[in-house]
Amino acid sequence: ATLVRVQRGGSPSAQTEGKLTLLCDAKTDGSFLVHHFLSFYLKANCKVCLVALIQSFSHYNIVGQKLGVSLTAARERGQLVVLEGLKSGVDVFFRPREEPHPLQFLREANAGDLQPLYAFVRDALQPVDSGEAAWRCPVLLVDDLSVLLSLGVGPVAVLDFVHYCRATVCQEWKGNVVCLVHDSGDTEDEESDVLLNGLSHQSHLILRAEGLATGFCKDVHGQLRILWRRPLQPTTHRDRSLTYQYKIQDKSVSFFAKGMSPAVL
Amino acid sequence: MAVAGTSGTGTRSTGSMVAAASTNNVTSFQRRGPRASGADSGCSRLVSIAGTRRSVRNGQLLVSTGLPALDQFLGGGLAVGTVLLIEEDKYNIYSPLLFNYFLAEGIVSGHALLVASAKEDPADILQKLPAPLIDHSYKKECDEDICGHKMESDIKMKIAWRYQLFPKMEGRPVLSSGFGHDYDISKRIPQELIETSKWHGFFLPEKISSTFNVESCSLTSGYMKLLQFIQNIIYEEGFDGSNPQKKQKNILRIGIQNLGSPLWGDDICCAENCDASHSLTKFLYILRALLRTSLSACIITVPTHLIQNKAVIARVTNLSDTVVGLESFIGSEKETNPLYKDYHGLIHIRQIPRLNNLIYDISDVKDLAFKLKKKLFTIEVRENFYV
Repeated sequence: ATLVRVQRGGSPSAQTEGKLTLLCDAKTDGSFLVHHFLSFYLKANCKVCLVALIQSFSHYNIVGQKLGVSLTAARERGQLVVLEGLKSGVDVFFRPREEPHPLQFLREANAGDLQPLYAFVRDALQPVDSGEAAWRCPVLLVDDLSVLLSLGVGPVAVLDFVHYCRATVCQEWKGNVVCLVHDSGDTEDEESDVLLNGLSHQSHLILRAEGLATGFCKDVHGQLRILWRRPLQPTTHRDRSLTYQYKIQDKSVSFFAKGMSPAVL
Repeated sequence: MAVAGTSGTGTRSTGSMVAAASTNNVTSFQRRGPRASGADSGCSRLVSIAGTRRSVRNGQLLVSTGLPALDQFLGGGLAVGTVLLIEEDKYNIYSPLLFNYFLAEGIVSGHALLVASAKEDPADILQKLPAPLIDHSYKKECDEDICGHKMESDIKMKIAWRYQLFPKMEGRPVLSSGFGHDYDISKRIPQELIETSKWHGFFLPEKISSTFNVESCSLTSGYMKLLQFIQNIIYEEGFDGSNPQKKQKNILRIGIQNLGSPLWGDDICCAENCDASHSLTKFLYILRALLRTSLSACIITVPTHLIQNKAVIARVTNLSDTVVGLESFIGSEKETNPLYKDYHGLIHIRQIPRLNNLIYDISDVKDLAFKLKKKLFTIEVRENFYV
C-alpha cells in the first residue's frame, strides 16, 4: 500500500482542507514523509511553500524526480516557493542587510520571534486573483521545526509561528500546513518536548515514524503510526489510529501491516 | 521542462539549468550526465576531480576519509558537501588518527586543506601526518599514464575500486587520481608533499588576540572567527564557484579539532545548563550551509563524552551528516574482557546521511572494532562476538 491510500483509508469523512498535519520521527529519519507530502500536494495542483531549513533545494529536487514531480518546473511556473534555509542563511549571516529577512534570527544574539519568517510564508501563499491558472488550496510545508530550537529560537516562539500560519493558511485560506518535528525521546530535551506536545494538541493528523524497538532491520525500516484527531473539540469518540510498518525503497515506500513484511511471509 | 521521472543516469540534471542563471552552480549534488550549462569548458562529461569518485548507488560525489576500510562502511566514502562528526574516544588517542588520515588523504589527492585547532598549531599537525605507502613497481607504469590516459585510468579505477583496499599506489601521490590510499603511521609524511600542498591554518590563540571587533550573534567569538575564516577561504579560492575563470576544480578539506571543548571558549562540556548552549549548534548549522554550497568536505572531532546535556548531543548529531563514534577500551572493563582481546576499541556508525535519496547506503554490518597496529589503524567486523 502507498502512503496516499493509507492516509485516506483512515477517516471516512475526510475533509482535506484547513488541516495541520504533524510529521514526527523518533529514533529514525522521517524525512521520507516530507518528500511524500511535497510530491503529493504538487501533483494535486496546490500552491506549495516549502520552508527547507536543513537540506539544499537540489536534494528535494532529485528525490522529487524519483517520486514523479519536477520541483524546478513547479518553481518556474509559480506553483512552488522555496525558502532555502541553508543558502539564504549564509547570505544573511555573512552579508547582513537592513531590511528584514525571514532568517534574521540567525544574526541575533537572542533570537526573538519568527515574525519575518511568517511574513515570508504569508507573502508566498497569498492568493492572487489575477485570473491566471488558479491553484488549489495553499500548502505550507516545513522541514523541519526542530532545527529552529537548535538555532536559539524558543519553543514558544516556534509555536507562535505555527499558530499564525494556521490562522492564515488553514483558517483564512482553507489551506494545509505540514510540519516535521523530531521527537527527542529520552534525551531530556525540554524545549523539544514542549514543542512536540504543543503541536500534537493542535494537529488534525499525526504521522509518527519510529524505529523498530528491536533495532535495525534490513526489510522493515520502521513503523508508522497514524493518528486522526479532532483538536480542540470534545472527543465523543476516540481518536482513530492505525499502525503500519514500512520499508523505504529507491522510488517509493511500501507499507504493510505489522509482521506482514514480504520478507517474512 | 517535463521530466518523466524515470530513473537512470541519463536523466538531465535540472539543477544545472536553473543554476546557470545564478552565480552559484557548484554543488556536488548533480547527477552524472550531459551538462547543459556549459560551465565546465564545454566538456560533455563531468570532469572528474582528483581524489574523488561517484557513488555507485546515486552518483553522489565522494571523497575518501583516508581509511579505505572506513569508506566501505560509510557507503563508499564521505559525500562532498557534508560533515563527518567523530565522537572522540575518552582520552583522545584515536580520534586524532582519523583526523590525520583525512588530512593526509587530502594532501595525497592534491586537495586544498583548511586545518583549525584551538590546541595545536596547524603547521605542527601537518608535520605529524602519516606517510603514504608507495609501491615502486607501479611507478613506471604511472609515469606513462599521465594526463592523456587519465580518463582511462579513471575507468579502470571505477571497475576495480575494491582493489584499492590493497596496498597499490601510484608513483606520483600528489597528482594521484586514485581514491583512498594506505598510510604508514609509523612514518611522517614527506616534507615536500606538505610544501607542494595548498593549506590554510586557523590556530585560535593567534586569531583571538587580534583586536578585530566581532559581532556576537550568540556564537562564541572563536566560532564566529572560524566561520568567517572558512567562508573567506571558500569565497576567495572559488570553492563555491564564484571565480569561474579559475583553473581546475578542486576539493577543500576542512578539519576542525576538538570542537565544543573549552579551548574554543565553549562551555557545553563544562556545565549542564550552559550560557552558550546554542553556540555550537548554530555554528554547525552555518557550517553545513557553507559546505552544501561549495566543493568541500569537513571532518570535526567533538569530545561528546564530556557533554553532559544529552539534548545537546542529540542536536549536534542531527546537524551533522555522518556521525562515527569511537569507544576505546582503555580504562574500561572491556579491556580485560577476553571477547575484546584482539582489539583496542569499538567504532559506532551512528548516522549516515540520506542525500538525494529516500534510502541510504548502509552496510548490514553493525559491529565494528578497531585495532591500532604499529603501522596501521585497522577496522574489522567483530565476528566472534555472538555466543
